[in-house]
Amino acid sequence: MVSAPSSDGLIHVPPGVTRSAKIVISGSFGVGKTTFVGSVSQVPPLRMEERITEASAGVDDLARTPHKTTTTVGMDFGRLHLSDALVLYLFGTPGQGRFRPLWEGLTEGALGALVLVDTRDLEASFEILALHEEQGTPYAVAVNLFDGAPRYDLDEIRQALDLAAHTPLTTCDARDSTSGVLALITLCEYLTDAHAPALEPRP
Amino acid sequence: MSGPRRDPDLVRPYVRTEGRVRADPDVRLETVVLAASGPREGLGADARRVMGLFAHSRGGGLAVADIAAALEFPPSTVRILVSSLIDDGLLTRPVAADDDRPQTDLLQEVLRGLRALV
Repeated sequence: MVSAPSSDGLIHVPPGVTRSAKIVISGSFGVGKTTFVGSVSQVPPLRMEERITEASAGVDDLARTPHKTTTTVGMDFGRLHLSDALVLYLFGTPGQGRFRPLWEGLTEGALGALVLVDTRDLEASFEILALHEEQGTPYAVAVNLFDGAPRYDLDEIRQALDLAAHTPLTTCDARDSTSGVLALITLCEYLTDAHAPALEPRP
Repeated sequence: MSGPRRDPDLVRPYVRTEGRVRADPDVRLETVVLAASGPREGLGADARRVMGLFAHSRGGGLAVADIAAALEFPPSTVRILVSSLIDDGLLTRPVAADDDRPQTDLLQEVLRGLRALV
């Protein structure tokens, strides 16, 4: 169902596609978001870059002039052609929650988020979970099963992450396409049950 | 350094987008657009580059994110450029006959499509 690249190397969305949806793949730095997007996407994953100007906190700022630094933040994304009329875009979020305007553009209108976590550093996920809660983005959590990472009981992980009872928690191997799709199905089943709170327009 | 700076990132977004400073809120990263047959005279360089991506599209579309990646433009700028090109009638959003279906149907459709993959 995926069209071949045209002569300019672009893979266009086939004519006849009338709807597109978006799911964000989030998680802390190095948790496997890029790998996940790359293995699940049906087209070679792409990357876009936004430049963000941040005020940096000066330590000994005698002149009291605000220092500004420009950071380039990359976002990987992929695409699934789910039917003749529907495409699903998967966007990997930046690993840090501090790029607020970027996160808003990514989560706005998203069906929901799949948060990847690494058992070796669960604490790194707190910031991401808090951000989704603050923005009202419904999410499911998937433990990315890294080789050699300690395996814990999912109940223990649920406790450690302080997840709500209704939040789905599953495992996946970000390198494996089927495993990734199953994690996305877990998220979408939850969204269907939850009557998709994110689909209500937010002020 | 000799000669003028040519780093395209130094061009302010409103220069790129010829005055439009805000994207249509319905034009999001995943919004798919198609080329339409409006008049292309007087288009700015960046708008022409966007339209150039549809030269071999054979009626196919691109999402805002695809355009940002292909042109290496910041997605925030592309949202504005695309909004402006929709206003000018050069790009359109695909229309389905049953476009007023609720969003919950979209979720069901996504779920069905994902289940068909495994």
